Amino acid sequence: MSNRLRWRKFVSHFMLTMTGLCALVAVAVLFFILGYLVYHGGASVSWNFFTKLPAPVGETGGGMANAIVGSAKLLLLACLLGVPIGFFGAIYLAEFSGGPIAFVVRYAADLLNGVPSIVIGIFAYGLVVLPFKHFSTLAGGFALGLMMIPITLRSTEEFLRAVPRALREGAMALGASQWKTIASVVVPAAYRGILTAILLAFARVAGETAPLLFTALGNRFWSPGWSQPTASLPVMIFTYAIAPYDDWHRQAWAAGLVLLGLILITNIVARVILSRGIAVPRT
Amino acid sequence: MASVRSAVSVKITPPVSAPTSREPQAPLLMRMTVSKVNFYYGPKQVLFDINLNIASNKVTSLIGPSGCGKSTLLRTLNRMHETVRSSRLEGEILIDNQNILAQDVTALRRRVGMVFQRPNPFPKSIFDNVAYGLRINGVQGSLSDAVEKSLRHAALWDEVKDQLHKSAYELSGGQQQRLCIARALAVEPEVLLLDEPCSALDPISTAKIEELLVQLKDLCTIVIVTHNMQQAARVSDFTAFLLTGQLIEFSPTPQLFTTPSDARTEAYITGRFG
Repeated sequence: MSNRLRWRKFVSHFMLTMTGLCALVAVAVLFFILGYLVYHGGASVSWNFFTKLPAPVGETGGGMANAIVGSAKLLLLACLLGVPIGFFGAIYLAEFSGGPIAFVVRYAADLLNGVPSIVIGIFAYGLVVLPFKHFSTLAGGFALGLMMIPITLRSTEEFLRAVPRALREGAMALGASQWKTIASVVVPAAYRGILTAILLAFARVAGETAPLLFTALGNRFWSPGWSQPTASLPVMIFTYAIAPYDDWHRQAWAAGLVLLGLILITNIVARVILSRGIAVPRT
Repeated sequence: MASVRSAVSVKITPPVSAPTSREPQAPLLMRMTVSKVNFYYGPKQVLFDINLNIASNKVTSLIGPSGCGKSTLLRTLNRMHETVRSSRLEGEILIDNQNILAQDVTALRRRVGMVFQRPNPFPKSIFDNVAYGLRINGVQGSLSDAVEKSLRHAALWDEVKDQLHKSAYELSGGQQQRLCIARALAVEPEVLLLDEPCSALDPISTAKIEELLVQLKDLCTIVIVTHNMQQAARVSDFTAFLLTGQLIEFSPTPQLFTTPSDARTEAYITGRFG
């Protein structure tokens, strides 16, 4: 009996240690990457990096101001396309639909999520670049936006579904129409989750390189407007990392650090905004 | 089924006066009338030929064992049953002699409010919870008077007046349920439906809500579903006993609990089943 008990205690401690270690490793990966980026690129992140254009080949120094602005513009376009479609599509799926339509939409979204990003790039190339006969910010933003749709859609839907039925009934029993119920009770109850979903989608596409290679292309200079090829941080990292210059390698590391930093800051700001609202307690 | 139904003789004429009434001769006004209601979830029939009159400014309680259809009957009164896709209602339900099925459902639910089994405050402040019904109905301007009035009616004002802008979830379960009552009262409904409002609450909170219900009779007509026979006996003027989707007996509460006319009612209230 006491042997049995000792064995059970051992199993319990062993499993607890295992899960703890795995959790630690999961967190450690992030800090390892961060540390690695800081170690290699930290020195190159300077004021110039944020304000100067890339230096001509052969010269050292210069910055990636155009790539930072380019990435910001691309992500803005991507959000304008991906967030509304994903969000409202998710509301339809979670609140209005049932049966075969919902199944098809959900299945299609999952498939779209699994489409390799390079294929999305080719698609945007065919649909936007070829007719306009120009690589452009627009085409890059379009490709990234397409990628945001399924991620936003599926996770927003899950968060909407998790809102207790009792809240919907409470609103409807007060004479709220279905749309009013969704807008004033269901979405506010789920908005933390929805924002997290959008942030995940944002972070995911912020680092995408492949769909930008033949849509936004790249640019060593400023890209005015929306219809010119534009530099972006991921493509810059790619170009600089495979170049044969040590200075470019350092800048590629710095760009990686800046990209990660921007995503982290967006995340933190959004979470600060989120923590002000009232959350539905878990039951 | 038909044979069972015809065998039931249901007393549908409500008694001339409520025995608890101070003026025994005052005529009873009927706020709602349920006639020949049959109700189905998909192919399954859950209510059989229900006829029921709900007296104005009285408390009517619906009792019966689990699954007897009392909650379903309650939910038909403000058409909340329509949230279940496969449901189907036959028959007629009138409020002030107007058919509720012919009305705009949002307008109806404003007149017939509802409080649920578990407190379900919205993830908003206490104030915003009470003001919600007014806001969605387009009431403009300062709502603080209306909110205060509703909270006072729900006997919650003194406990929350200094923390109106705190989250509703910081209240205790009993306070949350009274908040839900205040929220329902804010739109000044004619009828208030309560679906086992105390089943998730402790005895002290339950006592407060029971006391409240008796006071609220002056404001509106109350229909309450309860599992608790003592509760029905304490708060209600009329009691309807349902069994397997049929209305077995409907009488003034003291009569139903002291001299039930149906053997099944007697068996249930004496605790032989259910």
